[in-house]
Amino acid sequence: MTAKVSRKTVFGFIGPAVIGLAMVGIAPLLYAVWTSLHFYNLTKLKRVEFIGLENYWTVLTDEVFWQAMGRTFFLLGAALPLQIVLGLGIALTLHQPGLTLLKTLCRLSLVLPMATTYAVVGLLGQVMFNQKFGVVNQLLGGANINWIGDPENAFAMIIFWDVWQWTPFVALVLLAGLTMVPGEVEEAARLETKSKWTVLRYVQLPFLVPGLVAVLILRTADTLKLFDMVFTLTRGGPGSSTEFISLMIQRIGFRGFDQGLASAQAIILLIITIILAQIYIRVFYKEV
Amino acid sequence: MISTRSLWTQIFFLIVIITICVFPFYWMVTTSLKTQIVALEAPPVWLFEPTLKNYQEALFEDGVLRTLINSLLVAVSTTLLALILGVPAAFALARFEFLGKKDLWFWFITNRMVSPIVLALPFFLIARNLGILDKHITLILIYLTFNLPIVIWIVTDQFRGIPYDLDEAARLEGASQFTIMRKICLPLAMPGVAVSAIFSFIFSWNELMFGLILTRTEAKTAPAMAVSFMEGYNLPYGKIMATSTLIVIPVLIFALIASKQLGRGLTMGAVK
Repeated sequence: MTAKVSRKTVFGFIGPAVIGLAMVGIAPLLYAVWTSLHFYNLTKLKRVEFIGLENYWTVLTDEVFWQAMGRTFFLLGAALPLQIVLGLGIALTLHQPGLTLLKTLCRLSLVLPMATTYAVVGLLGQVMFNQKFGVVNQLLGGANINWIGDPENAFAMIIFWDVWQWTPFVALVLLAGLTMVPGEVEEAARLETKSKWTVLRYVQLPFLVPGLVAVLILRTADTLKLFDMVFTLTRGGPGSSTEFISLMIQRIGFRGFDQGLASAQAIILLIITIILAQIYIRVFYKEV
Repeated sequence: MISTRSLWTQIFFLIVIITICVFPFYWMVTTSLKTQIVALEAPPVWLFEPTLKNYQEALFEDGVLRTLINSLLVAVSTTLLALILGVPAAFALARFEFLGKKDLWFWFITNRMVSPIVLALPFFLIARNLGILDKHITLILIYLTFNLPIVIWIVTDQFRGIPYDLDEAARLEGASQFTIMRKICLPLAMPGVAVSAIFSFIFSWNELMFGLILTRTEAKTAPAMAVSFMEGYNLPYGKIMATSTLIVIPVLIFALIASKQLGRGLTMGAVK
């Protein structure tokens, strides 16, 4: 039910939020568009000049940009399936009856990783994965693996932490889906078949789909946003082996000082994000 | 019925999950209690004499205390601001009919997905031109880009759950929309408001990138401080972990309080 009220009333309620968000969320974007059309280097501010779409052309034909993009989606492709499989396993375990106390404890522990400051996850990674005095090599039976200094190992380490931090999220979302299955339906199905797989596939899966789609889209957006954890753990290195898209834009803009080029990259990233967000809204928020 | 064997498998599996979730925190806290010499032993030691020296040094000599206060100040202010702006907006979205509502909604939600680096670049230049780099207000404002959407999302949902009859009754009594919101709906929507405030606080408190780019010394946040320990070769691991512990503890407490709603908040309500 909704009320018909005057435009003035509507504006009184929603205006401040719209103006506030426009000031911090849209005005800077317009400025970024302006910057992206200029040669704008923080070390050469005397010669800011209009260069049209040149920055965009540079970005679109730049291997480094697309490599960072590819790396970002590779990380998503490697981490997300792991998170879903492990998350589903955890959700199914928690969904089984019995052991209430242990399960409550487990659910509370699951909350911890996803609330942890991303930057702290990276710092923890530095300490635990250190080649010499890190506990990970010790637990691997005194292995001498160079995690942070080797391109492939560093990437694996990033996957590990992403999975550590976000599997609980997937598990809790899927668990919420499992509890939506009407009890009688699930019981009837269990009387019909002994196969847990059949129950999962034909009875529970339909209730998990909304959660899975949400996870897919949010993890995609979050991987495009990924910065804090990787910055504190590897700074994108060694070389550029863990330089994901947000890190690369930060490097170009603040360590390479080329704000014009970085802004063009940011705008292209924004366009990709908006396309993804469109899908998100189309799928979930039809009812508004 | 469940067989004993499958019961034990379950117990084993649950304990493994709990251990994996909690172990990094255990390691963080124990490392924070080690002296530099103990922290740099290879292979790492599990039993040692704990010391609080790292905390003492980090807090009072290196200025972590001030950055924690900065973080607290910024997170609380931005949360309050997000509530002041967001609650009425949520009420309008839940209760009023108006043109462009859908587009407005889309725009609010999209903010959740935009990479902070997209805003960090222009915001840095603007803040520099306005001379508000390294000021608390800059962070308080920029954090609205993710706090306001989360507040609007959760609170709108909560307002929708309140029976409309109450509004009607109040309107017949001659109450204005604002009075209806404040006196009738808001008290009933308090759980949602509280949860959205907790999320807003956690996200702001955890944020690193804006803190790193938009502050230097005066308004430096705790995560940015923790990162600045990472320079040089001989890293003060104990101190870094002590700072990390101080950063993480408040968040974990809040997260545990809101644990039931956490999945929901993180998916912006896509999953009940």
